[in-house]
This record gives sequence, structure tokens and C-alpha cells, in this order.
Amino acid sequence: MTTTPPRPPVKMRGLEKSRSRTAVLMLIPMLLVLAAVAGYPLLRTIYLSFTEFNFISDEAPKWIGLGNYWFTTEEGVGLGLLQTPEWWQSVWNTVKFTLLSVSLETVLGLAFALVINSNFRGKGLMRTAILVPWAIPTVVSAQMWNWMYNDSFGIISQWGQSLGFLQAGESFLSNPDTALAALVAVDVWKTTPFMALLLLAGLQTIPSDMYEAADVDGASAWTKFWRLTLPLLTPALLVALIFRTLDSLRVFDMPFIVKGNAPETMTMSIYARQELIANSQFGYGSAVSVLIFLIIMVFTAIYVTSLRVKFD
Amino acid sequence: MNKIAAILGLTVTLAAASQAGAATLTFACDSVGQGFNECKKGADAWAKKTGNTVKLIQVPKETDQRLALYQQQLGAKSADVDVYMIDVVWPGLIGQHLADLSKTIPAAEVKAHFPAIVQNNTVNGKLIAMPWFTDAGVLYYRTDLLKKYGYKSAPKTWNELATMAQKIQAGERKKNPKFVGFVFQGKNYEGLTCDALEWISSFGGGSIVDSSGKITVNNPKAVEALRTIQGLVGTVAPAAVTTYGEEEARNVWQAGNAAFMRNWPYAYAAGQAKGSAVAGKIGVAALPAGTGGKPAATLGGWQLAVNAYSKNQKEAADLVRYLTGLQEQKRRAVQASYNPTIASLYKDKDVLKAVPFFGSLYNVFTNAVARPATVTGSKYNQVSDAFSSAVYSVLTKKSAPGPALKTLEGQLARIKGRGW
Repeated sequence: MTTTPPRPPVKMRGLEKSRSRTAVLMLIPMLLVLAAVAGYPLLRTIYLSFTEFNFISDEAPKWIGLGNYWFTTEEGVGLGLLQTPEWWQSVWNTVKFTLLSVSLETVLGLAFALVINSNFRGKGLMRTAILVPWAIPTVVSAQMWNWMYNDSFGIISQWGQSLGFLQAGESFLSNPDTALAALVAVDVWKTTPFMALLLLAGLQTIPSDMYEAADVDGASAWTKFWRLTLPLLTPALLVALIFRTLDSLRVFDMPFIVKGNAPETMTMSIYARQELIANSQFGYGSAVSVLIFLIIMVFTAIYVTSLRVKFD
Repeated sequence: MNKIAAILGLTVTLAAASQAGAATLTFACDSVGQGFNECKKGADAWAKKTGNTVKLIQVPKETDQRLALYQQQLGAKSADVDVYMIDVVWPGLIGQHLADLSKTIPAAEVKAHFPAIVQNNTVNGKLIAMPWFTDAGVLYYRTDLLKKYGYKSAPKTWNELATMAQKIQAGERKKNPKFVGFVFQGKNYEGLTCDALEWISSFGGGSIVDSSGKITVNNPKAVEALRTIQGLVGTVAPAAVTTYGEEEARNVWQAGNAAFMRNWPYAYAAGQAKGSAVAGKIGVAALPAGTGGKPAATLGGWQLAVNAYSKNQKEAADLVRYLTGLQEQKRRAVQASYNPTIASLYKDKDVLKAVPFFGSLYNVFTNAVARPATVTGSKYNQVSDAFSSAVYSVLTKKSAPGPALKTLEGQLARIKGRGW
């Protein structure tokens, strides 16, 4: 039987000690700011989610425990967020939107990144040009797409109508079965460049001598992609995936501008805004926000553990 | 210490004195149609007369989005905006944050306005807003096309409207593939609540929640009303009408691409303006009736209110008094077809000459159906949201009218909880 001897305590010398003290001192302001701008709102939201509170009235928040989440009246009517079909509809919409848009953006982004990573004339211009959709503010691009989808003068509806996908006076947005896909198209158009940019950065870290060695071994382009590029790109790909998934689970602006409160495209954030701001129910709306926070946390945990992402 | 306080006090007094008599007011006014320009004309006239300045801010087009913004400002007791233009259904929601105007505006002037609207704007005995213009849904029709297809008058029932729109649409599509029979507000927002209340009420289906607070919306007549309108979408109304608000509908109409339109009176002056494809061809009638019912129009309209936290109470109240006064209401009626809230203006020669239908539809404007805002109080927005979502699911054919109204009934019961 062997026992590991206890490690000798690390002795801090005078200089080191004062250095670490300085470090702590310099971190304090930042930690205070962080607590004020991130910690406090989060804790207050969690607190408010256990209260009944209408911010337009002068009454103080009233503690109701889990009432905003789960509550059944004496008559057996299910109240509370977890028994509200509109909430689950918005969760389902958001998940569908996220899966569709993130997978499309990843595939297209990777293709773009591979193209602009290769050597050709005018690649600098190409790399700049591809960023244009990402650079346009969401409000502007969403409104632009909204007009392109318009049933009477929008170009996309005109194509759809002349190709026979749509009836006259119909648009991809007005049909509840295609509305979500139409929104995914806007998101893919807008965010693929961002994905491509992140992946391009990853591609450029792969040393070129690896490819030279592969060439010497006579590997085909296909083999090089599967056995060399993809494994080495995985860390960048995972970070990009996490970024996009989290963004997309929180999506609010684009669907709200294009489709407003329509139930078939209502995302979790639009639902939260509806309850928090439009209906001024701060308690119930906070409960919605807390659930969104939890859902996003679960997604992140799954990603980080199952894909073994390392953040160092 | 005393010295500093004295200096500070002096500075404040001086600053206040230098501003006295020349206040700068911030006014959250209109943005639908020519609303912004018309507001500006009125506000500028007042500013010129009194030597103050009025700063107009741009607000969202849709009423529920405006409400969301104002609720945040008022809930935070912000003094950023001095004068608000508020919707007829808002007094129960934000009334407590608005100043009592009965102290500053003489009772005789208040009395000249329609009593029902003054009553609507009185919350707990306080007059929280002055009526500015009233609204009711009306049916616009193309006089030239009705004549061309052999019709003598506007449709009296929804079925008649469907038949006429069908015939005109079929004929016009030969030359103009974009032509549609009927446009209205079908997007899921407050405007759809207004339109749908008209349909249901015109079939004798009541007004969602009755005046005693009972939820009445799930009844056979309401089902029939929604079934009738559902049948119009995708046939005579474009399927994309479920993405239209007031302005989207007006754009189609004003481009000459629709035979009928449901909208508010403001669309009349806009359609008659220079450059409009339908100028001189616009007829206005009461909305059609349902089977066995009579025509119904939803009461709309806007009021002017003073923010209770405003630092310029006196000037703000004076601006409201000027804008809601007889002279400015007449100007707006003549130049932009906004319905006055002063009864005597409906007999005014100049007004009737500019907007002939104000006289012939006087009963429509004075007997309009109110949304259940008073009875549902602070929960009105939730009620309206649930109602318009249910109607939207019917219009997009995601739900049949019967089940949709049954679900809605349950939802409204949940919103009501232990009481409105």
C-alpha cells in the first residue's frame, strides 16, 4: 500500500503575495460592475418570477411562490406557465427554428469558408463582400426581407406565384405552414457569413505542411477533408455551433419585425416580451425569462459535456 | 454648507426663470397615414401662438406597440414625454399616470364633446384625457367598379359583399393579376380585434365580454360570423391579408388593387389626395351586416393626455386644450378626414363638403360598438391578445371557428381568474 505524501504547502514569498493582492484589488471594480449589471438583474428576475407584479400599477410585488409556473384553481383550471399551451408552442417554434437554421448555417458556412480559404485572385474582395449581410443591422435586413416577401409587390412572392408554389395574393409568410421556413431563410442569409468567418479563422490555424505531407502520401482531396481538415477544425466548429445555437434560442428581433405576434412563428423571447411589456405582467414575464434562461443553460451543458469542449 | 445650498438654490431658480414662458414640450403623437404631418401642423400653430416649442417624436404605427412603449415610460414615472396621444381603450390601463384635465380645461368646453367619450376618459372621477378624434370602422368601395359591374349600391350583408367582390375580382384580374376583392386588417394585433368584433357583433354575437363581465364570445352567432369571414380569406381577400395592418391594407387599396376595404376614416383623405390611383372613385358606407344582424362598427378614436410626471403641466394642458378645440378639430376634419368629437361639427358646412360621409354615416359614428376595455380594466390587453390570436388561427385555417372560440373561452376564463 502506498500513500501519496502530503504536498508541501506552497509558500508565498513577499513579492508574490503583494502581487496577488494587487491582482485581487484590480479585479474588484470589475467584479462589482459585473455583479451590478449581470448579477443583480438576474437575481431580481428570479425573485420577481415568484411574485405577482404589474409594473404599471403602484402596488408592490406580491409573493405567490411557484404560482407563475404551476397553479391549478379550485375548479381545476390549469394556470401557470407550464400549463400554458402558448408557451409550449413558442418553445417548439424556437427549437425548430434553431435546429433548422443552425444546421443550414453550419453546412453553408463551412462550404463558404473552404472556398474563401483557397488561393484565388480577388479573395480579399470576396472575404469582404461575404460579410455584407452580417454587417446590415437586423432591423434593416428584416424589413427588407419583409418587403421581398410582400404578397403584392415582393419579388420572392412574385417568383413563388409565377412558379405555381403560391396562389395570387399569397406569400410564404402568410401561409402558416411555410412561415417558419421563410424566417429560417432570412436568418441563414444573415448569419451564414458569421459562421463562415469563424470557420475561416479555424482553417487558417491548420499548418500547411500537414497538407503537404498528405499530398506526399497520395491522399485524395476527399480524404484530406475528412481525415485532416474536419478533425483539426472541430474546436472552431464547436465554438461556432455554441455561439449560433445560443443566439438562435434567444432570437427576437428578426421574427418580431417580420411576423409580429403570429402564433406560428412566436419564439420564446417574443412570448416573454408579450407578457412582460405588452401585458405588463412583470411577475409572470419574469417566470418566462427564467425558463428561457434554464432552457439555454441545458443546451449549453449538453454541448459542453457531450462534445468535450475545452475553453482553455 | 449653507452657502453651497444657497448658490445651488439660486442657480435652480435662475434656470427655472430663464425657461418660464418658453417651455419645450415633447409630444408623442401619431404615425399612421398622414398623422405625423397633421399633428405637426396643429402643434406648430399652437407653438407659434404661445411662443413655446413642441418636439414631436416618432412612435410605432401599431397601437399595441405604442402602448407597450408608453407603459414602460409611465411605469418608470418618466417625465420624458409631456403630451401623449392615447387610444380609446387605454384609460383603464394607464389612466392613473395621467394628469386630471378637468382642473385646467373649462367644463363648458369639455361638454361640447360626445358625452360617451368623455365618460370613457374619466377614471375614478378624473378627466385623464380630452377627446381628439373618434373613429369607427367603415367600408370603402370603388364607385367606378360597382357601376362597371352593374351594382347600384354598396353591399348590405357580408354574403352580398362576397358575391360582388368575387364578380369584380374575376373581371378585373383579366387585366390586373394583382387585383383583389376585399382587404382588411388580418394580422394578429389590436387591429384584428377591432375587425373581428365588427364581424361578430354584426351577426348579433355580442362583444367578447359583456358589460357585467361575463365571457360571452363562445356562441353560435360568433361561430357563424367567423365562418363567413374565414370563407373570404383566400377567395376574395388575398391569403396574405393575415399579414396586413391598416397601412398595408390602405396601400393595396390606394394603388387601385382592391374593390372593397375595411378601414378607419383617415384613409378617405389619403385616398383622395393627389397621386392616388383611386382619387375621385371612393365611396364610403356602413360595414355589411351578418345574417339576421345589423351593421356594426368598432369604436376607435384617440385622445390627448398630459403625463402626470411632466414638468410642464400648464403648457402641456394648454396644448391639449388647443388641439382638441373646435378650430383645430375642424381643420383636421376638412384637411385630413379625422372625425371630430364635437357634435356641432357634424353639421358644419365646410366639414360636410370636404367629407360628405360624415353626415350620412353620423349614426355609425355615434352608435359604434366599444371593445370590452372598461369591464376588463388592466387585463384588457391580455383579453384582446387572446381574442385576436384565436381569430387569427381561424383566418389562417389552423383552427375551425367552433373549437377556436371554445379554446378562447377557456383562455379568457384563465385571464379573468377571480375577477376582472
